[in-house]
Amino acid sequence: MSTISLHDTHHDDHGHGHHHETFLTKYVFSQDHKMIAKQFLITGIVMAVIAMALSILFRLQLAWPDKSFPLLESFLGKWAEGGRIKPDFYLALVTIHGTIMVFFVLTAGLSGTFSNLLIPLQLGARDMASPFLNMLSYWFFFIACVVMMGSFFTQTGPASGGWTVYPPLSAVPKAMPGSGIGMTLWLISMVLFVASSLMGGINYVSTVLNMRTKGMDLWKMPLTIWAFFLTAILGILSFPVLVAGVVLLVFDRSFGTSFYLSDMVFGTEIMPNEGGSPILWQHLFWFLGHPEVYIVIMPALGISSEIISVNSRKPIFGYHAMVYSLMGITILSFIVWGHHMFVTGMNPLLGGVFMITTLIIAVPSAVKTFNYLATLWRGNIRFTPAMLFAIGLVSFFISGGLTGIFLGNASLDINLHDTYFVVAHFHLVMGSAAIFGMLAGVYHWFPKMFGRMMNAKLAYLHFWVTFICAYLVFFPLHFLGLDGVPRRYYAFTEFEFMNKWLTVNVFVTWSAIIAALAQIAFLFNFFYSIFRGKKAPQNPWEANTLEWTTPVEHIHGNWPGEIPTVYRWPYDYSKPGAAEDFIPQTVPFSQTMNSNLPHDFEGNEEAERIQLEWEKTNKPAQN
Amino acid sequence: MSLRKLIVNKTMAALAVLFTVFYSGTAFAQDAAATATTKPVDMGKVHQSALFYVLLFLLLCLFIAIVGKALRVYELTRETQGKPEGINWNTVNAVIFALFLVVGLYGVYWEYSVHGTMISHMHESASEHGHRIDEMFKLTLIITTIVFVLTHIILFAFAYVYRASDKRKAYYYPHNNTIEKIWTIVPALVLTLLVLKGFLTWRSIFYKVEDPKNRPISIEVTSSQFVWDIRYPGPDAVVGKKNYKLITAINGLGVDFNDKNSLDDLIADEIVLPVNKPVRFILTSKDVIHSFYMPHFRVQLNTVPGMTSYFEFTPTITTDEMRTKLNDPKFNYLLLCAKICGANHYNMQKNVRVVSEQEYKEWLTKQTPYLTNDLRKVFKLPIPVEAAPAAAEAPADSTATAATAAVNTNNQLALKK
Repeated sequence: MSTISLHDTHHDDHGHGHHHETFLTKYVFSQDHKMIAKQFLITGIVMAVIAMALSILFRLQLAWPDKSFPLLESFLGKWAEGGRIKPDFYLALVTIHGTIMVFFVLTAGLSGTFSNLLIPLQLGARDMASPFLNMLSYWFFFIACVVMMGSFFTQTGPASGGWTVYPPLSAVPKAMPGSGIGMTLWLISMVLFVASSLMGGINYVSTVLNMRTKGMDLWKMPLTIWAFFLTAILGILSFPVLVAGVVLLVFDRSFGTSFYLSDMVFGTEIMPNEGGSPILWQHLFWFLGHPEVYIVIMPALGISSEIISVNSRKPIFGYHAMVYSLMGITILSFIVWGHHMFVTGMNPLLGGVFMITTLIIAVPSAVKTFNYLATLWRGNIRFTPAMLFAIGLVSFFISGGLTGIFLGNASLDINLHDTYFVVAHFHLVMGSAAIFGMLAGVYHWFPKMFGRMMNAKLAYLHFWVTFICAYLVFFPLHFLGLDGVPRRYYAFTEFEFMNKWLTVNVFVTWSAIIAALAQIAFLFNFFYSIFRGKKAPQNPWEANTLEWTTPVEHIHGNWPGEIPTVYRWPYDYSKPGAAEDFIPQTVPFSQTMNSNLPHDFEGNEEAERIQLEWEKTNKPAQN
Repeated sequence: MSLRKLIVNKTMAALAVLFTVFYSGTAFAQDAAATATTKPVDMGKVHQSALFYVLLFLLLCLFIAIVGKALRVYELTRETQGKPEGINWNTVNAVIFALFLVVGLYGVYWEYSVHGTMISHMHESASEHGHRIDEMFKLTLIITTIVFVLTHIILFAFAYVYRASDKRKAYYYPHNNTIEKIWTIVPALVLTLLVLKGFLTWRSIFYKVEDPKNRPISIEVTSSQFVWDIRYPGPDAVVGKKNYKLITAINGLGVDFNDKNSLDDLIADEIVLPVNKPVRFILTSKDVIHSFYMPHFRVQLNTVPGMTSYFEFTPTITTDEMRTKLNDPKFNYLLLCAKICGANHYNMQKNVRVVSEQEYKEWLTKQTPYLTNDLRKVFKLPIPVEAAPAAAEAPADSTATAATAAVNTNNQLALKK
């Protein structure tokens, strides 16, 4: 704590002119957490738009497999010769779409943005524990993005073995063109990305543990912070395993080792690799890969907890249960990875064990959902754009979560594995839900980030079109999966039974195009509002958390004077007896004698006595 | 003041749109002119149609902008007249949520009934264990559908009912341990039920006790990029050993003919299974991971290079019976590849037929043996005397005799050693 108070005096003494910020230190190599958050956000949005454009390209192919789009050739050249996307490039599209969305958008774009923005602001810290590491974290992420996109400019094209890059397909350049230089770039990008996310994660954890303001004990932290904190722990523990896996894959590809390879023949060429196992990669990959989906969804759940509570004007229902369920998800997510491997030929006993752990994880998820519903119950719900997206998230989380009960069941997975059912499942539960969490966060904290408001009506349009179209896109896909249509199929033309889905594919593609166009409303709203939006008031949503006590104009160090002290939990909304329907965390109980409840004092006898005495003298007079 | 600003803004927006349109128009025209000479496709038309859609979209944007501005004007006028807010957006969104609920529920019903019937050929499992999977599936489907519908009704109904109102204050209700315990324990119990049933189903599929009277037929499947190679055992009912290091142009699977079990093995170009007899697939891969997926039988297992995996099941419905059941004379069982494996992943198929046992036996006799004369030379095996003409007349006999002959010689060789 001493370092923090030293920092305080430093600020009081010198003010801000002292820093001599140049364009380069303010906007590019910034060490200010708020600027880094914006950098993460804008990079994340750019990557999301790219990944979305890729998805539209392959949706075009799926909807009209026999049609030629000469315009595509002008953009893509030999990859769309004659205006038709080639099978190899189709696979590259799905691979890079998945990689970008999972890692760059929903991990870095979501955690990177909101952890950076909110951890110091909601905990009452001047900045992150290590601002320099924080800056590095962004720049590693940025370079990872550049390297990944760079693979589009290689002769053989980007990695195309699916975002899970299972060897041997990804390890042997002979197996497919994308496994050449494109795959090397993928691996380099991924190492950089993991480095970035570890630097970020270590920073988040140390900030949460060491730099909370006075009075902010762990059980007074907003659920957003709990979610970011546990996400960071999850990332720190699981990402290194991916790096280990990636390094071994690099060795197999470039230095002739055989960690993942054995018994392979391409054509009649017998490969020299012996003794490895492709299954090893899957274990290493999914040991990260499954926690990864919770790394993606937990921040979104944290954000929506906060937003639903603020806009229902009600305390989040079951704060402790929400935290414990997050912890439960964190722990359980480490022991469920095998459900991605039920049909690999892995020992069936393991399949049974992983099925049990997988279905257990549905319990904390169900608790969270019910708590959201209970929070809405008898609320006074303000449909701000953020609230709409948070409700959308709950809907997607339910829809996608329930199909997880099918896939987590090993015996059902036999027939559903690697079909469109899986595609539908994870696009709802981790794709759409997490993206909605991110958008909710953007709409909610935009005033904090840019000091201006976004246009609400355009946001309503954005929400409704996106929400409806997301369901139109992903709901029908379940049935393709139940029909036995495998995923990552370039065209449905070769199998008689798939022909009936062509019209559905056309419908899905149109829905996807409309959803993509709706994002233009968001992009316009976002960038326009940065410069021309209505000036934001200090606390536009009448929220309790600390970030709304900072001035609208950003300053380095967040609070002009002393960091405020925290007295209460962040969810005192609509407390009976209070004048307003919200009581910020910085308001001491001595100022709210009217609304204090015995529960508030957490067994502090002195405080309880004072409250009782006050009530004796004041309450009867009111009645 | 804002009205003037507004008009300026609107004109600016309109100008911007017009500018973009004309600019892109000329840009496209130039582009078209440049490419028209080299490309066989008339890019002019392509660009025109692209431009048409871009224009259409810009028009839509303009329309939305105008609606937005109109709303703004309306609100501003009400504000200047001192009237309350014209449109209560909380109510609007709440109503849309309610509508979404109703239309959405109908949509789900429609999906279940229309797309649900489109998967009719999957409705009945064609294998023994498949029925257990389907039972499991139905139970899960019923439970999840109930939860899905109820939670969504609650979610959107709450959104509608508890929309913001100035007259009301939200109910301060931070927690209730009893309720929380209930909705932790109830899902846990339901999931326990599902886990138990799932576990038993899973066990019954993968832990088979071999019935000595009803031994499964072994069939070996080797996947390689975009082909499935099928090997049936000969009369000895055992598929012989193979080794990837022995793979050559004439020995595509690397079958090791030093193993006498290999000598009578047969190549098949389709998978034919006798009905109601257990079959045991031996799954291997030559290059990358593929996935042996036969949806009608509820069978899937990856084929992994360097690792052999097994899937045993019993088909219960012949292709012909299924055709009559589905009233689809073109119906065929299928083998697909379900694991991404390269450019032709989408077309890696094999025909599967389920026939009566008698038909199966007949079919089996017509299959060609793996061991050719060329391979005999390679493995230094004696070439049988009765050659081509006899084989052409009675292939079944000749294979049988050839195989026995080979086995015999092989035995002798082994004895000599």
